[in-house]
Amino acid sequence: MSGHSTYEPKWAAARWMDQRLPIVRMGADFIMMPTPRNLNYWWTFGGILLLCLVIQIVTGVILGMHYVAHVDHAFDSVQRIRRDVPYGWLMQSTHAVGASMFFLAVYMHMFRGLYYGSYKAPREVLWIIGCLIYLVMMATAFLGYTLPWGQMSFWGATVITGFFGAVPVVGESLQQWLLGGYAVDNATLNRFYSLHYLLPFIIAALSGLHVWALHVTGSSNPIGVSNKVKTDTLPFHPYFTVKDMFAVAVFLMIFAFFLFYLPDALGHADNYIKADPLKTPPHIVPEWYFLPFYAILRAVPDKLAGILLMIGAIAVLFVLPWLDTSKVRSMRFRPIARWFFFIFVFFCFILGWCGAETPDDEAFLGLSFYRLSQISTLYYFAYFLVILPILGLIEDPKERPASITQSILDYGDKPEPEKVLAPAE
Amino acid sequence: MAFKTVRNLIIAGGIAAASLTGIAIAAGGSGPADGYKMIHKHWHWSGVTGSYDVAAMQRGYNVYAQVCRSCHNLDHLAFRHLGDKGGPFYDEYYKNPNDNPLVKNIAAEYEVIDVNPEDGSEVSRPGIPADYFPPIYRNNAEAAYVNNGAVPPDLSVMVKARNNGADYMYNLLLAYSHPQPEGITLSTGQYYNPVMEGSKIAMPPQLQPQEGVFEYQSDTEGQNPPEATIEQMAADVTEFLAWSADPKLAVRKEAGLMSMVYLLILSVLLWLSYKRIWRRLKPSEG
Amino acid sequence: MAETGLIHHDDIVDDGKRDFIFLAAGAAGALGAASIVWPLLAQMGKAADTLALGSIDIDVGKIGEGEQLKVLWRGAPVFVRHRTAAEIAEAEDVNIDILPDPATDDSRLVPGPDGNLKPQYLVMVGVCTHFGCVPVGEAGDYDGWYCPCHGSHYDTSGRIRKGPAPRNLVVPPYAYTSDTVIKVG
Repeated sequence: MSGHSTYEPKWAAARWMDQRLPIVRMGADFIMMPTPRNLNYWWTFGGILLLCLVIQIVTGVILGMHYVAHVDHAFDSVQRIRRDVPYGWLMQSTHAVGASMFFLAVYMHMFRGLYYGSYKAPREVLWIIGCLIYLVMMATAFLGYTLPWGQMSFWGATVITGFFGAVPVVGESLQQWLLGGYAVDNATLNRFYSLHYLLPFIIAALSGLHVWALHVTGSSNPIGVSNKVKTDTLPFHPYFTVKDMFAVAVFLMIFAFFLFYLPDALGHADNYIKADPLKTPPHIVPEWYFLPFYAILRAVPDKLAGILLMIGAIAVLFVLPWLDTSKVRSMRFRPIARWFFFIFVFFCFILGWCGAETPDDEAFLGLSFYRLSQISTLYYFAYFLVILPILGLIEDPKERPASITQSILDYGDKPEPEKVLAPAE
Repeated sequence: MAFKTVRNLIIAGGIAAASLTGIAIAAGGSGPADGYKMIHKHWHWSGVTGSYDVAAMQRGYNVYAQVCRSCHNLDHLAFRHLGDKGGPFYDEYYKNPNDNPLVKNIAAEYEVIDVNPEDGSEVSRPGIPADYFPPIYRNNAEAAYVNNGAVPPDLSVMVKARNNGADYMYNLLLAYSHPQPEGITLSTGQYYNPVMEGSKIAMPPQLQPQEGVFEYQSDTEGQNPPEATIEQMAADVTEFLAWSADPKLAVRKEAGLMSMVYLLILSVLLWLSYKRIWRRLKPSEG
Repeated sequence: MAETGLIHHDDIVDDGKRDFIFLAAGAAGALGAASIVWPLLAQMGKAADTLALGSIDIDVGKIGEGEQLKVLWRGAPVFVRHRTAAEIAEAEDVNIDILPDPATDDSRLVPGPDGNLKPQYLVMVGVCTHFGCVPVGEAGDYDGWYCPCHGSHYDTSGRIRKGPAPRNLVVPPYAYTSDTVIKVG
């Protein structure tokens, strides 16, 4: 944490407490953290994600009061929650739609980090903790999707646990150990419920570390130039608390729109059919937030290779700070790299599209989704493993402002708040 | 710059919503076969303000009770649900659906298996509002045995269990009349239906305009019902089953409207607060 | 890099003015938070299926004199006791002024279809009013019920006589649907 403590206890009781457990001081210093004054709206997703986590935990704990983790009752208990429990329909929809909103926000947050080079020194550990959070989020979402015990729940669980069956030699034993049986059954459902309840609290703990690491290094910012002079920063409160709250309210409007008007649009109709171990639905598709990885999985014809590729797609994020050789953080000053970045985002969407479609179907111009996902997968890995390492060495970055203050004085109209600050008005 | 911020936010929100909706639509299944054109009805409950039509739901219940009921159960529906607010037989006077006489009468028409508390034997008694629609078959094995190997699915969430479930159900009931193309061989107990996945269905055509077999009674409001054509019956039973799959639709949309208005006001107030706090950094006011 | 032209937070003189916008935003936020709290708490209330399972029928005619039937109703036992003449006499022969929770024996009965009380049938929720244990029948100092958890004694009308329990055993809402059948709930 940079800077000294500015907290001064006002009352005797507060002083008494401060000498014994300075928890109020800690909180006060936390929210007064010096924050770059040029942050744009892409920096509001941290606060939005905190809210998402709270919403999921609160509604999740509530659903846990009514849900029955047994293959004979799970599906019925969810229907009961939606029909008979007071406000149960609201709790269940919020939790289901909330998962999608959580991932929407986390992807925005990650793309922000990728574009503005937030992963670069000295924020490598901050970035890696973030990647860990994302990983645990994926596990939590997958486990949770099993619980309603619909057809997609069951077959999704079957397919995903099948990944472990691809491990050489011990694969089958490992898979059956995970399932607690020969196939997905009651033992599986119970352990998935237990772990689904546990993991969010691990996410919360990791988020604590994430924020701690953030407070050690301070926020990155759109120009990627570290804080140098006093006027570069503002205390987080009230300047960014109020801005984050505004962003949260706008985000909640999108959330509420889906929650109240399209509660099932992001799910699958098949999950309203009770799980049937004798019949696989014709199209098994994961939830939208897993589609790009699902496309990568299917991009190679070999089972083990597909899984390794999918794991690699996430693993590569962990080592990104050492793959990107450029000294310049923000893509705003990297004229070539930014275009490769935009193409990368484009291919992420293409991968998502491929994941939703049948591989052998034609996408366009005689190109099958299978080929399209191969091309996209190739670019995905090339971006991290080839483009960023090489580009950092050969690219000629644009001239950067000496400081945040300087950039605001020079380009006052770039990010939002600065225009207000332009001296000539 | 105020305008710019708002514009950027709208664009960002729009892109987010559009891509999510796009994904949702792209994830939808395949269409019907053999040149069958799906009829897309404008349902009473579609749109931001739509809600179920009570008379249509009541007629739909009759179609269910007299036609579908012979094979299909409503697993997740209790009789009392029929009298819930927003349900087909809701009566303002009987806020507690368990007291609603219409619901009681309907429940009493069904035989429910219960346990004799004295000797533990199985007894059959008339249903009460608290009972669920009793299962038609003892188990799936019996259901399959009786129905040529195909288990008639539960209908209480069927409209949600198919993509565009209402259109699906409506068209499924009507598509039997579509001419069967060459080259499709049906085994015994199978019927041709282009809306069904694979175009083969184990359910025979159910809604047929046979004289006197089915006529709509006047609904509870005493209004004269429409003629019981196949299309009318298909639409009505779909309306009833749509309610059955999503009984909280009306209360959900109501809460949605209030939430959206509230969030809009809150956003404006927070945006103004944001501007006000940042304005303090202006040189002229320093 | 000159520090000219930008104002730092420390240099702002806060005039302490809390204007309307902040108040309105704060109030709106508080209102929203409050309206979210209600569903979060209300979800723990009785669900519609629980509310629907309200009543049971009991055939009291099959209970022999001096016998007691125990039936589960709303998750708790209901005692139906066919009292002997001696028990009825004992219940009626009490000066109610000395009772911790005064009630006549008649006030704890319900008229049959003919409008007359049926003192032989005593119907009560078999839950001790102290901390909810199930009392044992034909026991205690008053020949009625005795709660083994903390030693509460009830008489043959189910009235508390001795021990820590504050009130008489509760009579559930019930009515005779025929001469020998009661509907509880």
